[in-house]
Amino acid sequence: MRKPVEQIEAATILFAGDSGDGSQSIGTQMTETTALIGNDVATLPDYPAEIRAPAGSLAGVSGFQLHFSSEQIHTPGDLCDVLVVMNPAALKMHLHKLKPNGILIANTDNFARRNLRLAGYEKDPLESDDLTKYQVFGVELTRLTRKALETTQLSMGEIDRCKNFFALGMILWLYNRPMEYTMKWIKAKFAQKPQYIEPNILALRAGNTYCDMTEQFAVSYDVKPAPFEPGTYRNIEGNMATVLGLVAASHRSELPLVYGSYPITPASDILHGLAKYRNFGVVTMQMEDEIAAVGVAIGAAFSGALGVTGSSGPGLALKSEAMNLAMIAELPLVVCNIQRAGPSTGMPTKTEQSDLLQMFYGRNGESPIPIVASSRPFDCFESVYEACRIAVKYRTPVIFLSDLYIGMGAEPWRIPEISELPEIKPNFAVSADTTNGFEPYLRDPETLARPWAKPGTLGLEHRIGGLEKSDVTGHVSYDPENHEKMVEIRAEKVARIANDIPPTEIFGTQEGEILLLGWGGTFGALRTTAENYVAEGLPIGHVHLRHLNPFPNDLGDILHRFKKILIPELNSGQLLQLIRATYLIDAIGLNKVQGQPFHVFELHAKIDEILKEMEHF
Amino acid sequence: MKRKRTSRIPVGAPTLTKNDFKSDQDVRWCPSCGDYSILAQTQRILPELGIPKENVVFISGIGCSSRFPYYMNTYGFHTIHGRAPTIASGVKMANPDLSVWVITGDGDALSIGGNHFIHLMRRNFDINVLLFNNRIYGLTKGQYSPTSERGTKSSSTPLGSLSLDTPFNPISLALASGATFVARSVDIHLDHLRPMLKAAFEHKGTSFIEIYQNCHIFNDDTFILQREKENKTDHTVLLEHGEPLVFGAERDKGIRLNGFQPEVVDTTNGKYTTEDLIVHDQYAEDTTLANFLAGMSDTPDMPHPMGIFRSVRHPCYEDLMTNQIRTAKEHTGEGDLEALLNDGETWTVS
Repeated sequence: MRKPVEQIEAATILFAGDSGDGSQSIGTQMTETTALIGNDVATLPDYPAEIRAPAGSLAGVSGFQLHFSSEQIHTPGDLCDVLVVMNPAALKMHLHKLKPNGILIANTDNFARRNLRLAGYEKDPLESDDLTKYQVFGVELTRLTRKALETTQLSMGEIDRCKNFFALGMILWLYNRPMEYTMKWIKAKFAQKPQYIEPNILALRAGNTYCDMTEQFAVSYDVKPAPFEPGTYRNIEGNMATVLGLVAASHRSELPLVYGSYPITPASDILHGLAKYRNFGVVTMQMEDEIAAVGVAIGAAFSGALGVTGSSGPGLALKSEAMNLAMIAELPLVVCNIQRAGPSTGMPTKTEQSDLLQMFYGRNGESPIPIVASSRPFDCFESVYEACRIAVKYRTPVIFLSDLYIGMGAEPWRIPEISELPEIKPNFAVSADTTNGFEPYLRDPETLARPWAKPGTLGLEHRIGGLEKSDVTGHVSYDPENHEKMVEIRAEKVARIANDIPPTEIFGTQEGEILLLGWGGTFGALRTTAENYVAEGLPIGHVHLRHLNPFPNDLGDILHRFKKILIPELNSGQLLQLIRATYLIDAIGLNKVQGQPFHVFELHAKIDEILKEMEHF
Repeated sequence: MKRKRTSRIPVGAPTLTKNDFKSDQDVRWCPSCGDYSILAQTQRILPELGIPKENVVFISGIGCSSRFPYYMNTYGFHTIHGRAPTIASGVKMANPDLSVWVITGDGDALSIGGNHFIHLMRRNFDINVLLFNNRIYGLTKGQYSPTSERGTKSSSTPLGSLSLDTPFNPISLALASGATFVARSVDIHLDHLRPMLKAAFEHKGTSFIEIYQNCHIFNDDTFILQREKENKTDHTVLLEHGEPLVFGAERDKGIRLNGFQPEVVDTTNGKYTTEDLIVHDQYAEDTTLANFLAGMSDTPDMPHPMGIFRSVRHPCYEDLMTNQIRTAKEHTGEGDLEALLNDGETWTVS
């Protein structure tokens, strides 16, 4: 008899286990299936820096959280409805994220004494009273998978590696999702190793059947599709959206893309992704270091290509001198910074947005460089495309800021029409316009951009470099007034980009009590919070900045329309400093520097506190 | 064996002269700096190469030598310390038709830019690298450099605190890095330098020339034995492909291999003849001979070899990349952006 199905609005699931247990893989599959049946979905992979930390250790726990809903959502969820743990260490690390009465599925085969000790448990928590506030389902995942696969030709070790699909089979049953998408994926994934196709599918089916046939679960759940704007959708991770945005900018501008990079978490996926698109003329160069990576991009830009480099904070520190060269040489260049938790090597696999001031100020001399920040996984596409547009139009390096959370997180994306993408016109100089011959620093009066003359163009031979240049002629100059003038021109050129960006959108109330002001990967938590308050009729607005340098022209006005400005950031208050300094506004910070994204409840707590104070006065 | 030009940089420009390659900027090296000579020889050979001037790019890092691009009426980029090889690689990758020249010094190429130098060599972009070696930092006022001999007295190693570092041998380093064209010349040996510059251009692949250059302000006469007319015949040996290594004012000395050691022998005393001498083979794929020759300048009392140590043809990075792109387009068709954006599993909401 079919078990009853309960309709719910949303669910959050967290898969956790050893790095080698395949949590990322089944998390991604659950996400794909969920997106394809029409839910809105947001994900948070959380994994250790060690590729294979000692099995069963706390350091080796890898997790994947996904949140899906029949409504529009913006975050991977604060607390989970379901926690799937492959061993005691995963339980220890993640139990605090499970809601009271939440479902805990544990692979009891891995709860032997050794694993318990590795996780720091003196006795088996599954057999203690510690878990009484949860619905605990102990499942012999390893034994059941071995049983299901006993007729296959695989070795015991290979069979055990299929147990994650047994777990996924259970979760697909629990949320009434079809298995077909995962089966299709398994077939494609193991096309070159077909001996693994059938066993993984068997494990998936076995997990599914197990839930159907046993008395473990009394009900299953269903989450209806979410309302989406009409269009064609795909599920996309932030770094992949960055890849596509760069290819699109190259295609639209007809500038060949040259991407110089050095492997670094969490930016390497951009290098991996772009390297697949040689048929788009994409050149990827894995260089000897971060400096060489930006160097080839600058050289390519000088030659008339779209030069791009990508890294994370430590790499950006190394690139800063070269970025300054591109700045003073006024060459188009896009520098992607996929931020991670610093300082120094910090926590490479954890998220943070603490490089903002580094990007603003981390270079010698007066060095204005435009900054564009992405707010969510799919927004990486538009934001990096915008960075390319500004770089080419204004002949300047542009920093594209993303972070680990949005770079590795995924969500559904409405695929844009090519015609919706703004034009990017290189407008190369083709001839000398003046009687003095070619003047490489003779500027466009509106944008202040200088001409881009690529080598190979007859009559435009010229020399540029890192030494201060004389206005118009570009000759080396030590003239005091000229230097000050050039500093001002370079600043003014960047400032004028503000005339070229759309008006700032305010979500919620347009003026009122509290404005939530954010940037980057905190979008989801801030927007969810704002939606909650607006739904209650409270006068709260939310502005999320894409352009951080220059700030939008209307930002000052908007800030003055609210009594309190709250700036939540995953740093110690970096945008906060900039806003206070720029607009002389007594903005309030909410800061978290734990390598983890904001929970919505943390934002609620702060806003409630501010609202209470405001009532009090 | 004479090999013809292998570079595929387009030639056939209108006839140009030395003056066409001079920029309108005043040259600001110290009077009698060796750099003047190298600049003049470069400006002299460029018209003879037949490259359109707009296709020539000079890229430099930081240091006295790195001012070079400002004096050339071609495209030029004076970049940052040690990084010229990276920027030159990007320039060449984005437009393989350009003739790209890197101008660098011993500090720029071997100290701050040492990493980029070795990687440029192994990638084998068709780029020409001219290293002006004066064994000293000039622009920063006379500190010892990575090619200064141990025990050098300099502004950073004064009096009793002489330099402790063992110097790099730029030729050995280039060979060890897989360089396909390695040569050495001297700033004021005009009739030698010019053919070396031409050979570097004509070689397809990264061409490296170490040029002994005199800094008479901070390290005058460091190469006095190899550079001055009266000394050079006894202290240098010209490398000529297929010829025995003979040197000396009377052409009476030669280099022979004694086991694994090159040694100087007298070819007039009856014990040895030119038949016993090393015969140079610049086209040898194996680098053993080139390494022996490179080591001579580290050995006291040995003449320093001048000329082409090695010249072999290997694939160039930019050609391999261009081939990958062409092959990808042949296999999967020219990139279709719409198809790319819609790749993978999609669903439609109406």
